[in-house]
Amino acid sequence: MLQGWLILLASFAYLGVLFAIAYYGDKRADAGRSIISNPYVYALSLAVYCTSWTFYGSVGRAAGSGIGFLTIYIGPTLMALLWWVVLRKIIRISKANRITSIADFVASRYGKSTLLGGLATIIAVVGVVPYIALQLKAVSSSFTIVMQYPDVVTPAERAAPLFQEEALYVALALAVFTIVFGTRHLDATERHEGMVAAIAFESVVKLAAFVAVGVFVTFVLYNGVGDLFGYAGNHPELQQLLVFGTDTTTYSDWAWLTFLSMLAIMFLPRQFQVAVVENVDESHLNKAIWLFPLYLIAINLFVLPIAFAGQLHFSNGDVNADTFVLTLPMAGQRPALTLFAFIGGLSAATGMVIVETIALSTMVCNDLVMPVLLRIRSLRLNERRDLTGLLLNIRRGTIGLLLLLGYLYFHFAGESKALVEIGLISFAAVAQFGPVILGGIYWKGGTRVGALTGLSAGFLVWAYTLLLPAFAQSGWFPATFLEDGPFGIGLLRPLSLFGLTGMDQIAHAMFWSMFFNIGGYVGVSLMRRQNIVEHSQATLFVDIYDKVGDGSAPRFWRGTASVDDLCALVGRFLGHDRANSAFVDYAQRRGIPSVRELPADADLVHFAETLLAGAIGAASARVMVSSVVKEEPLGMDEVMSILNETSQVIAYSNRLEQKSRELEAATAELRAANKQLQELDRLKDDFISTVTHELRTPLTSIRAFSEILYDHQDLDIAQRNKFLGIIVKESERLTRLINQVLDLSKIESGNAEWNMTDVDVREAIDEAVMATSQLAREKRVQITVDLPDNVPPVTVDRDRLMQVLLNLLSNAVKFCYPADGHIAVRLYDDSGALRVDVSDNGPGIKPEDQRIIFDKFRQVGNTMTEKPHGTGLGLPISRQIITHFGGKLWVNSTPGAGATFSFTLPYHHEPAVEQPIERPLLMGGQHYG
Amino acid sequence: MRTSNTKKQRLIALFFLGCLFFNYPLLSLFNAPHAILGIPLLYVYVFFVWICLIGLTIIIVERSG
Repeated sequence: MLQGWLILLASFAYLGVLFAIAYYGDKRADAGRSIISNPYVYALSLAVYCTSWTFYGSVGRAAGSGIGFLTIYIGPTLMALLWWVVLRKIIRISKANRITSIADFVASRYGKSTLLGGLATIIAVVGVVPYIALQLKAVSSSFTIVMQYPDVVTPAERAAPLFQEEALYVALALAVFTIVFGTRHLDATERHEGMVAAIAFESVVKLAAFVAVGVFVTFVLYNGVGDLFGYAGNHPELQQLLVFGTDTTTYSDWAWLTFLSMLAIMFLPRQFQVAVVENVDESHLNKAIWLFPLYLIAINLFVLPIAFAGQLHFSNGDVNADTFVLTLPMAGQRPALTLFAFIGGLSAATGMVIVETIALSTMVCNDLVMPVLLRIRSLRLNERRDLTGLLLNIRRGTIGLLLLLGYLYFHFAGESKALVEIGLISFAAVAQFGPVILGGIYWKGGTRVGALTGLSAGFLVWAYTLLLPAFAQSGWFPATFLEDGPFGIGLLRPLSLFGLTGMDQIAHAMFWSMFFNIGGYVGVSLMRRQNIVEHSQATLFVDIYDKVGDGSAPRFWRGTASVDDLCALVGRFLGHDRANSAFVDYAQRRGIPSVRELPADADLVHFAETLLAGAIGAASARVMVSSVVKEEPLGMDEVMSILNETSQVIAYSNRLEQKSRELEAATAELRAANKQLQELDRLKDDFISTVTHELRTPLTSIRAFSEILYDHQDLDIAQRNKFLGIIVKESERLTRLINQVLDLSKIESGNAEWNMTDVDVREAIDEAVMATSQLAREKRVQITVDLPDNVPPVTVDRDRLMQVLLNLLSNAVKFCYPADGHIAVRLYDDSGALRVDVSDNGPGIKPEDQRIIFDKFRQVGNTMTEKPHGTGLGLPISRQIITHFGGKLWVNSTPGAGATFSFTLPYHHEPAVEQPIERPLLMGGQHYG
Repeated sequence: MRTSNTKKQRLIALFFLGCLFFNYPLLSLFNAPHAILGIPLLYVYVFFVWICLIGLTIIIVERSG
């Protein structure tokens, strides 16, 4: 059994849970540990889109017109794909300008226009109040139905006296909840973390409830989906709900409804609130753009089964299809499930009402009430010290008023229309924001007057084609108005304006309102010039991604202000403590020790204005700031705007000049880098051709001798051996060459392994001389070594050092005159480094050759006529190694008097980090130390 | 920057693809009183396209991080 008290208790317990969650969320936010700062909560909070209109109304719509109900969810799914492009831009713009509502966005974009903000607010309120009424109606009628449990009785169209219905109490309870959590304190960013947490929770509840009912209906009342559709197939009137048709949904209606809901998901005030204002981090969009559509699928999966089951179950048609979600569990005698479904519907309705009224109250307060109050001089608001209380009370009052309006609408008109119709009318109203906002963020040319024209034209057409007919159907208007048109003018009939027929009412209204809206906006914008504020705002919005930082954007402002005045002004609306701490933060960001020393410049004025905009809207903020900024009295006169324009042009041209100078410098740098790259590229080509040439020489001789051996099998053994000997020697040379090329490339690219240890150089020299002694003896060359008694160790790779020493010694042996050759090796201290000299008494090296011997494959002498002595890589490798150790390798020579190769090894050397960019692969040997 | 731009383009392309699949004339191909596993063809089609769109979105978004 479901008693009345149990239902009430459950309802209030549920609201209590919401309260607790919201309270916890706010506390966590105050402690700086946000619970809503994750993409899943963000996506769930977006599901505030699914109201009781979804929860109850989808089934009703599916039962009435078949598949058409899905458009309301397919549109948002498609739109979600564009969120990364469109919504992210809106979020970015709103954060930068502290925009807190749709009306504020529109006003701010078109030159901070008070008029436009007010108009947008009125459209939002008029458009959305019926939608709020719809939620109240859903809650109160679901309550009435559940109270009858277990009897399924559709509440009669009874005329309860005003202020004595359940809906009133629902409205009151919701007003209290919203006021407590929506307007606890005034924040410059208008974020409500606790509320968002509660909304996310509500999204879970309504989905769970709906799916529970769906599963029950499909798998308990019937044996699965196929079974259910099988029954439905026997009923021709249900059969036609399964396809498109003239009686149900036409393709054109389908397309229009999809388009409509695409706009609605962006521009419903509550969607703007959760998606933009309450957004913590724009990267949450990444997950939201697929999680949200997934949620929509989940909540739509069972709509059709429930609709069909309801139609089959209550086949005499006395139960309203809008209530099937509730009445089916009742008919199945499931009290717990019924209660759960009721709570689900309650959560869908409360979520919508809470967010919607908060969003609307911000709008009404900032864009409608405050501008008016600030203009009424007799109130002397400008002189009051603290306005925070006033602001909060305006918002609280607005929330109460909105719910009261919703209740009144419900009372006088609510019973006359199916739920879904009202929802679509609201959608069409907020869709009017589409052109001015989307145009505003992508097209700089949109002007204030254009936006005013477009919005008002669209709104008027909407009211004429949708709102008036709804009123007429409620009996507030004579029905002849619909049938014959006003004053009997047939062409002006609201449901077929200018004779347009063949579309359903919504599609018809959407077509004409968009026609006049977009036409007016674009047409008038193109005909009028923007003033300076409009122009600067347009640039700011459209080029939001180009802005380098907050400080760099030029401020088109001129005047004098005092820091105290500005701080006091902000304090009046935000509270003095809050204002002070904001100014201190700002000073710290700019690196200024105290607020008193802040320069009262354009940046500061802009900062104050943005702070204020968060609290009272962009248009009012502008008016307020200009009241303390000396040179700008309330009405901007013509001279001032001309001055402003000039200063803006100058600022622009200065910036341009600076930019072009920077550009020139960058170009020059690039050109230099490019030249260097080309040079390196050329060197690389040279090197490769040299390598291949060097490789070919031994290969050619190997091949030649092999061919001789192959062709002349009858060569005598001595000849054969001689040739084979040459082949072996040339192969060895080839191997050595390749090894050295690899070695060099390793060293140069920084990939070589260096095994750095402390090495006693004397030992190394001794060992190298020992190793060369056999070769020296063969050529009868004498080697003398001169080592000091004691040298400090140096940190080098011992094997690499040996490689250098052996290379220098074998070179010396090679170039000594045979028979009386003499080589002197000397080790001594040379100003902080060890120095090794290897001198020979050979022919010496000509001055012009001293440089090139360190180049790769360069050997002294004529390589064409003389047989090469080595690979031509020994010295370049040695120099690379010594350079890596931090030392130098060079040669001194007088032709005819021998040559001295010297290198140094510093005692203390941190191995240089290899820089392959500067010394690229196989490159180098150009520096000569 | 580049991945972000690719992601943007892919999502926009998917949007147009979705518009195409969710509209006349493609819808009319499935507008017939048939059933698959007892479920009307048109519903199977709409939900199938819907799921595919979400799947592709996940691939696009989660891949580019």
